[in-house]
Order: sequence, then structure tokens, then C-alpha cells
Amino acid sequence: MKLSIKEVEHVALLARLAMSEEEKEQFRAQLSSILEYADRINQLDTTAALPTYHVLPLQNVSRPDQRGATLTQEEVLQNAPDRDGSFFKVPRIL
Amino acid sequence: MEIYDLTAHELADLLRRGEMTSVEIAGAIFRRIHDVDGDVQAYVTITEDQAMETARKIDGERLQGRDLPYLAGVPAGLKDVLCTRGIRTTCGSRMLEHFVPPYDATVVAKLSASGAVFTGKLNMDEFAMGSSTENSAFFPTRNPWDLGCVPGGSSGGPAAAVAAGEAPYALGTDTGGSIRQPASLCGIVGLKPTYGLVSRYGLVAFASSLDQVGPMTKDVRDCALVLNLIAGHDPLDSTSAPVPVPDYTSFLTGEIRGLRVGVPREFFGDGLDAGVSAVVKDSLAKLAELGAIVEECSFSHAEYALPCYYLIAPAEASSNLARYDGVHYGYRAMPPDGGEYDLMEMYMNTRSQGFGAEVKRRIMLGTYALSSGYYDAYYLKALKLRTLIRDDFSRLFEQFDAIASPTSPTPPFRLGEKSNDPLSMYLSDVYTIPVNLAGIPGISVPCGFTDGLPVGLQLMGPVFSEGTLLRIAYAFEQHTGHHRARAPLGCSGSGESGARQAETAGRQGRRDAP
Repeated sequence: MKLSIKEVEHVALLARLAMSEEEKEQFRAQLSSILEYADRINQLDTTAALPTYHVLPLQNVSRPDQRGATLTQEEVLQNAPDRDGSFFKVPRIL
Repeated sequence: MEIYDLTAHELADLLRRGEMTSVEIAGAIFRRIHDVDGDVQAYVTITEDQAMETARKIDGERLQGRDLPYLAGVPAGLKDVLCTRGIRTTCGSRMLEHFVPPYDATVVAKLSASGAVFTGKLNMDEFAMGSSTENSAFFPTRNPWDLGCVPGGSSGGPAAAVAAGEAPYALGTDTGGSIRQPASLCGIVGLKPTYGLVSRYGLVAFASSLDQVGPMTKDVRDCALVLNLIAGHDPLDSTSAPVPVPDYTSFLTGEIRGLRVGVPREFFGDGLDAGVSAVVKDSLAKLAELGAIVEECSFSHAEYALPCYYLIAPAEASSNLARYDGVHYGYRAMPPDGGEYDLMEMYMNTRSQGFGAEVKRRIMLGTYALSSGYYDAYYLKALKLRTLIRDDFSRLFEQFDAIASPTSPTPPFRLGEKSNDPLSMYLSDVYTIPVNLAGIPGISVPCGFTDGLPVGLQLMGPVFSEGTLLRIAYAFEQHTGHHRARAPLGCSGSGESGARQAETAGRQGRRDAP
């Protein structure tokens, strides 16, 4: 196995995903086999290659600093699961 | 031929000649939807009332002698990943089941301005992650050529709808093959444009450096016509390319003499179905007969494209899907009776309840590939490999005008056949993924049948060579006629109709949601 249960738990926490014990074991097995397959890329020497983050030769895309159309506050809030007036409402943090 | 069998340009001609009204055409398409979508299950949301209203408006304008865009009044379907103002956009996910966007995607706005009559929102693998549409949180879509088979994915809803006559054409999206593979499996034309040719504004993001919107149509002329409508620079998408857009129909000459087509031997190796291989090889012989110079070539990093993609795409997805936090829009998990969640518990439960298994798998994979200690070995390594794959293509395009291959290694497979084995499902995209990594265009065009199921020929070209790809695809199609075949909507399996009806009944309620 490429991944331990502990690593699965660590990644699940980073990704903010709650997981049952059964799911952890399932993800451990499936992610391990996918990573073993992906490991074939490490057979290749890529020291001379630069990374491609993006395929287009576009840099520092900017636009004129002009006011355009925007959504209204009501439109922005219409899909909020919970709100208080003009605010998004969240559970307590501490 | 029935109205629902016609292409968009044939319908446009009927409208122009005054032989039919848009209301009559839309009516025929909705009758077809009501007749067959219980079996095909392509639609998540049907927007009949809005469509008939648009159709009436267009008919009125035509009657007044207004000069309308060519495809005005022709119905069109949209993959449910494209934002539609006031019409829910689910992405095939519980997370967005009740999400109603306050704005239109640029491609939707462009089609709308051209008089498109939108029939509704089409099913897909959740957040476009999958190759069979079985990952939809709502129901699987079925292949109109054999209802026991998958339509491919992730744009399985659009592909099945077009193949079944439930939409004359549709827009899909393609991150690793999600337009081309379902187009191949459903016997229609599907084009993934050059990265940046079509705006991504309002396309719900999966992997931002790979995603593109493109046409899914019954023939190559429709493909060119729809591309004409959606291509072009958009200030709302900073990765949109500021390039001039030609009239793509001007490339449909039927003439391909002297064009050089490379055939990478690596795309005909292990894992390619013998029936698919035979049909594709016949198609290559046809291209040669038509005067193209078809030669074998080598794509040296072919075997690394799939693992490279399955590190880069999930890495980008894990970052993009961090926005589903139960705060701004979408699903929020509620604490058990009388209890109270703190913020962290709300996040964790919202995301684990709102996302399906494949989405979680890719978020986990991407988070791992980006995490401290693994970033260099996986993510950065994959980005360097992406450069080598681009270089392979650049070298090939010094020699060839286009590269040809099968679109999918297999014909349509049966529902459930691959759903428990993620890796075997990922292999469905082995021939389509290199195109997205390199940012180049690719088209799948119907090229025949194996055991009664459709096979697609994929053509790939240098950046912004859509015209050349359409030219080759058009000449091929005109000389073979496979695009005129229509799906029988039958089922080779048995004992499934009961389950199908139960699923359909469950869906009717959801359709009434906004």
C-alpha cells in the first residue's frame, strides 16, 4: 500500500472531508493503486524541462480600470444557505 | 425523416424558407423529449415554458422581416455545468442541486443573442469528473444506440440528447475528453477547441488550465456553425485568447488532397478494442483515398499522458472545489436535532455529504499531490511532463497538418461495467487527454460501427487549427455518410426497464424545481 490510514486522515482533513472508517479504507486502497500507476512518471528524466502551468503565452492580463456592470447585493446573497440581512451567516468559529 | 432527426442547419433552412415556425420545431423536439427521455434520461431540467416563449418571440421577429442570425429559432441543449441566469445549474451534484445562477455563462449569452431556443440542462458526471455519466448524483444517462450501455462522459447528457433527437445540438465541456469521448460513444460530432478560443466565464470550474466549452452536433457543418457563435475573446475570462475568429464554414470544401495526416503507432497499442481498431484503420484508408497523405508516426510520451493528467487535473480540482464551503451558495449540512456545528464541523460535513465518491477521490488525490513533501514528486513532475507532451505535438506538427487516432479505446461499455474500478474508467480517456494537456484542438467524428455500436475518429491539430480539423472531418463525413445514421433507442440487455421506470418517476419531481 502506498498510503497509510494516517496519511488518508491527514489529506482528508486538509481537504475538509469527514470520513467513516470504511471510507478511509476504501480511499486508501483506491488512491494507492492510482498513485502506483501515476508513479510511472518518475521513470522519466525531466530535469531539462520547464513546468507548463498554462498553455497560452498570456502574461499580466489587465483591463482598463473602468466601472462595469456587477451583480446586486441581493443577487449575490440569493443562494446563501444562511444569511442575516446583507451578511452571509456562518456557525460559530470558536 | 422526422423533425427531430434533422440537423441544426436543416432546421435553420426550413425556418428561412418559411416552411416551419420555431414554435413548431420546438414543439416537435419537446414531444420527442417526452416520448424518449424516460428511457434515455439525458435531461436534468427541462425548460419547456421558457423555450416556447423564446420560440414565439423569434417567430414574431421573423414575421416582421427582421434579419435574424442563421441559427435563430433552432433549439439547443446545454450541459448542466454552464451557468444559466434564473435556471438551476446542478453540475450533476447534490452540492448544487438547488443552485440558481444570477448570471449567464458567456457562451450561453452568445447563443441567446443568436436566437437559440434552450430546451434545458443536460446530465453529466458530477463536476464533469467521469467518463460514463454514472457519476451524476441524480441518475445515469443511457446510450441511445443501446440503452444498456453508457453514453460516455462527462458530457453524456448532451451526447445522448443529440443522438436521440432530444436536441438538434448541444454545448458540452471537455477537460480530458468529456466532449469527444461521449460524442464517439453516441455517434455524433464533438469538438474540443483550442484552449482560450472559447470563453470559460460561467463554466463551473473543474481544472482551469484544461477546461474548454465546445459544440456537440449531428454533423460537421453544425459543428462549424456553432463554433462560429461561441468562439472569440471575452474580457470576462482572463485566459481567453485575443485572436481573430474566421468563419469556420469557409473550411468545409470537401477537399483534402495533399494534407498530411500523422498516425501515432502508440495510439494503436494494448487496450485498443479490435473492432474499434479495424473501423479506425478503414477510416484512415478512406482519408488516403480522398487524397490525404497518411503516414505512421511516433508520439513518444503517449503512455505518460494519462498519469500526468490524473495528477494535474485533480490538483486543480482540489483547489477549485474548495469554494464549496456551505457559506456562499450550494448545500450546507445541518447538525442533528438540537445540536450545533462549529464552523469546521459544518465544512467537513457539508463537503462529505454534498460531494459524491469520484469527486471526493479526485479532491483527495489532488490535495495529496499538492501537499507538503509530495508537491515536487507529483505535481511539479507532472507539469514538467506536460511540457514534454507539448513538445511531442510541436515536433509532429512540423511534419503533419493533423494527427489521427481512435477517440475512445472501446465502444460504449455497459452500465456498471467500470463503475467500481476508477483506474479502468480513467483509461477511457487515454487518447483524448494529451490534447487537453497540450491545449490544442481535437474533434471526434463518427466513422462507423462495431457490433452495431458507434466508433469515433479523433483528429488533432496545432493551436487554432479548428478550420483544418473541420475541413478534414467534413470531407470524411461527406464521403462516408456515417453522420446520417440515427440511433434505434433499443436495448440489447433485458430486465432493466422496471428499474428505468422507477428512476424516471423519481426524476419527474426534480424537474419542476426552478
